[in-house]
Order: sequence, then C-alpha cells, then structure tokens
Amino acid sequence: MSPSTTATPAVLAQTLSAEPDRLARAWRQARRRPASVVGAVIVLLFVVAAIAAPWIAGADPMQTDWKLIRKAPSLAHPFGTDDLGRDTFARVVWGSRISMQAGVFSILLAIAVGVPLGLVAGFYRGAIDQAIMRLTDAWLAFPFLILAIGLVTIMGPSLTNATIAIGLGATPTYIRLTRGLVLSTAAEDYVQGARALGAGDLRLMSRHVLPNIVSSLMVQATISIPIAIIAEAVLSFLGLGVQPPAPSWGTMLNTAQQFLDTAPWMAWWPGLAIFSLALSFNLAGDGLRDLLDPRDY
Amino acid sequence: MFDFLVRRAAISVVTLFVISMVVFTGVRMIPGDPARVMAGTDADAAGIEAIREKYGLGDPIPIQYLRWIGLALRGDLGHSIRTRESVVNTVATKLPITMELAFLSLLIAVGIAIPAGVLAAVRRNTVWDMLASGASLSGVSIPNFWLGIMLILFFSVQLGWLPASGFVPIWESPLDNLRRMIMPAFVLGTALAAVLMRQTRNSMIEVMSADYIRTAYSKGLASRVVVFRHAIRNSLIPVVTILGLQMGALMSGAVVTEQIFVVPGFGRLIVESVFTRDYPLVQGVVLITASSYVLINLLVDLSYSLLNPRIRIGGMPRES
Repeated sequence: MSPSTTATPAVLAQTLSAEPDRLARAWRQARRRPASVVGAVIVLLFVVAAIAAPWIAGADPMQTDWKLIRKAPSLAHPFGTDDLGRDTFARVVWGSRISMQAGVFSILLAIAVGVPLGLVAGFYRGAIDQAIMRLTDAWLAFPFLILAIGLVTIMGPSLTNATIAIGLGATPTYIRLTRGLVLSTAAEDYVQGARALGAGDLRLMSRHVLPNIVSSLMVQATISIPIAIIAEAVLSFLGLGVQPPAPSWGTMLNTAQQFLDTAPWMAWWPGLAIFSLALSFNLAGDGLRDLLDPRDY
Repeated sequence: MFDFLVRRAAISVVTLFVISMVVFTGVRMIPGDPARVMAGTDADAAGIEAIREKYGLGDPIPIQYLRWIGLALRGDLGHSIRTRESVVNTVATKLPITMELAFLSLLIAVGIAIPAGVLAAVRRNTVWDMLASGASLSGVSIPNFWLGIMLILFFSVQLGWLPASGFVPIWESPLDNLRRMIMPAFVLGTALAAVLMRQTRNSMIEVMSADYIRTAYSKGLASRVVVFRHAIRNSLIPVVTILGLQMGALMSGAVVTEQIFVVPGFGRLIVESVFTRDYPLVQGVVLITASSYVLINLLVDLSYSLLNPRIRIGGMPRES
C-alpha cells in the first residue's frame, strides 16, 4: 500500500469524532459528493424496507388470488401481480429483507473468517503464512459462483446455506487484503516501538495493527456487499438459494422468465430492486473510500 | 529472473495439488450415493454393489484420490455417468463454444473500456469522466442475468430482431451463430468492461502524472501524441493483470449467461453436471476450471515480469 494509507486512521478518527468542526468537515465532504449521499440514502431506505416489510408491503406476499393472475401494474397493485396472483410490490419489499440478510451476513462471515487468517499470516510470516496463502490461492482459483454452487450443492439449497456459501466464496479476498495491510502496518515504527516496549503478539495485533486496517476493510465491505447481494439473487435464480414461495428477487426473476411475453412487469421490478440496491451500495462505498482514503482518484 | 520463474511455477504446482484434493473431497461430500446414481433407478441392491465394486467406490477416500489423480495426470478424467462420454471429450466439445463467447465479450469489453477509460482519465473531472464512471458503476451493479432477461424482453419479445436462445455452430452459419451470440456476449462483456474501464482510468491517471509524460509535453509534443504514443502503452500493463484475474469472473458470468440464453457451453455443463449429480463430470469440469485459472494467472504474472523489470529485481510481485 502507498504511504498515504497510513493517514487513514487519523481521517477515520476525525470523521467519527463528535467535535463540531469535524462534523462540519464531514458535511462539506458529503456535499462534494451528492451521488454518494443519494446512494447512502437509498441503502438506508432499503434497510427500512427490510425491517418494516410487514407495514410497508401493504399486502401479504404469499397470498395467492386466482382472479388476479398476471395483472399489469395498477393503483391497487403498483407493480402488478405474478403468475399466482400475488402482489409484486409486496414481494419486492419482502425480498429486500432476504437480500439484505444474505448480503450483510455473508460478508460478516467472510470478515470473521478471513481477517484472523490474514492477520496471522501477515504477522507471523514463515511456514504458517505459506500454508495459509497456498490454501488461499487454491480457494481463489475456483470462480466465486462455481464455488458457491458447489458449496450449496453439498449443504443443500436454503437462504442460510446460500449465505454461508457466498461468505466462504468472498473469504479469500479478505485474507489477502488483511495480510497485505498487516505486512505494511507491522513494519511501521509505532508497531516496532510498541513491541520494543514489551507488548505481546495478541496486544500488538489487536491494539496496534487491527485498528489501522479497519478503514480499508470497511471500504472492501462496501464493494463486496453488492456482489454478495447479486450472488444471492443468482443462486436463488438457479434454484440453489431461497426456495419458493419465499419472496426472493432471484426466484421472482426465475419465474418471470417464463412470462416475458405476457407479463414483462414481473421481470422489471425485482431486477430493478437488485440493480438500485447494488448501485446505491457502490455509490455510498465510493464516497466512503474518498473519505477514508485521501488518495486522489 | 530464473529464480523468480522457478519459484512462481513451484507455487502454482502446489496450488494445483491443493485444488485437486479440494475438488475430490468436495465432490465426495455431495449428498447422495454415486454408485446408486451410476446404477440407474431400476437397479437392485446387488446391482449397486456391483457398480461400487467395479469403480472402487468402497475404497478409502485417499486410495480413491490417488487412483483418480493418477489417471487425471495422464489425461483421463473418467466418463460421464449420464452420457457415458469421456469427460475430456465432453469438455472438448463444450469449451470452444464458451471460448467463442468469452472472446466476443472480451472484444466488446476492451472496445468499450479502453477508449472510455482513457477518455475519462484525459478529460478528468469533466462530464465525460462522470459519464464514464457512472456507466462503469452501473456495469458492476447490474445483475448480469437480469440484463440478459431485459435484452431478451426488448430485442426478442418486443422487437423480434434476435432469437432469444439457442445455438448454431459457427461453421454451419456464421451469421446465425453471431445473431445468437451477440446478446450473451454483450451481457458478459458489460460486466468486464465496467471493471476494465475503472482500471484503465486509474492507471492512465497515474501514468499521466509521471515525469516522462511532463517531459514529453515540455518537448512540445501534441497532447494526442503524448496520450497515444507515450501514455497508453504503459497504463495498459496493470490492465492486463486485471484481465487475468477477471478470468474467474468471466467463468462465473458464463455460467449464468449460458443458462439464460440456453447456450450449450462449458458454463451450462457445470450447472447441468451439478444438478444431475454426474460426479465424474463435476470433478472433471471443476478441476479444469480451477487449473486453467491458476495457469492463466501464472502466464499473466510471467508476462508481467517480462514487461516490468522492477518486479524481477524485487522478486515476487507483492500480494495484497
């Protein structure tokens, strides 16, 4: 990493600090990037939709109605209805819950597994580093989706298993990232200084190395979460994730594919939802990156 | 230089070895009894037992692994349960289709990404830059299977211009082949273009601020000459590396796009083999996928070290 990365903890501390002029600075930063603010707001809206789905949806996402099969969008059903007469809007709203769950928890898992491995590899070097990195190389050689398909096949299709599979698929990225960051951080004078003062390995890792790589990990998380959300949709689309009749955007698109000529709206909304959620995450992540990493790109 | 080559190649061999073990044990962990699947639905217990005996499926896993890897090293990956065709032959018929798809999408991706990335870098912080960055961000955010469905909806269902699915071999009718490949290639290409564009822009910006570019400008060269003769070539080096790393993403993308457009390629073969529990086929295709990823990245690293002498001197390219 370039020398500028070492400045990130200071910047992070500034933005998180409650001092008024620091807040004002954060606000100025935000105003300079309106797209990122819009992205963050839309992500928050999806979070609200996920939490408050029962109140926002307005209709039961599972309630079938034979009189309402494949009706075009109308006032009563703003997104139309599907092949079983279910309200598409309600299903899209409930779907945000599944997508958020899969996106966030899978990346949390990847961090929980990947960061400790990367820390150990980068901190101790030598044989343990070699072992972890060769394993990571092998792990990375499996394309993300193929690995996820394989894991779900072994574990059986469900939301939890899809989340685990996506998380494990994203893990090697975190091992490599953490290791790289640790390598550059551990060589810093203040870490060496702390070691000279007699700090133990655990203390060095948790108090001196980890806090300094948190911001880079956060930036990586904003990149991986949208990828994970799309991956969940793909797995569900292939029938390997959330099982019908649960309202997942991926399964909805799978069904919609059969009715493209008679009910195209069934394909619009779930896809638009995935697209706008992923795009918003990426926009917000871009802003966060600028805020935490002052390198000028 | 020689040390670097040997070390890098040795690491790849170790990686391939780990991969083969992971693939083998992974496939053993898929629920279900391979002997039962091989014997067919109407086989009795004795028939299943005979199959188990014949293929050594009752042996300890390490023994089975050694037998499999021994044959695999000699180019024999066994036979598909479903079609009885050899795995190597099956892959050999499917792979060219996916390679054509990958080639077309690469063409589309490079054709969009490199001009756009260079333009965004040279006209930095202008409308062009914002448009290019916005397009790139949308490209990574759009789920490729949805983009595929939308293209089918528009060009096949609404306009009726292009067939929604199917495949015609290129030697039978190049035009019909292209008409069916253009949408999948576009879907696969956009995702790649988004990543490549970003990389091109960033490395172009870095190169444009280098001293030798300032020298070129101060010599009085036209900015067109500076950009095209001096900057682009150097800025493309990291783009080539990214291209190698993107092979995995391209493979994942092929799985989905081939599924949507019903292209009978390698990606569809993977999904089919997993769904039908065709154990030898799953084992073979996943091993081939992962190994080719390792080999491609080995080649990329080696060519990279040829292009950039600093890496040779420093030893290993830094992993980060």
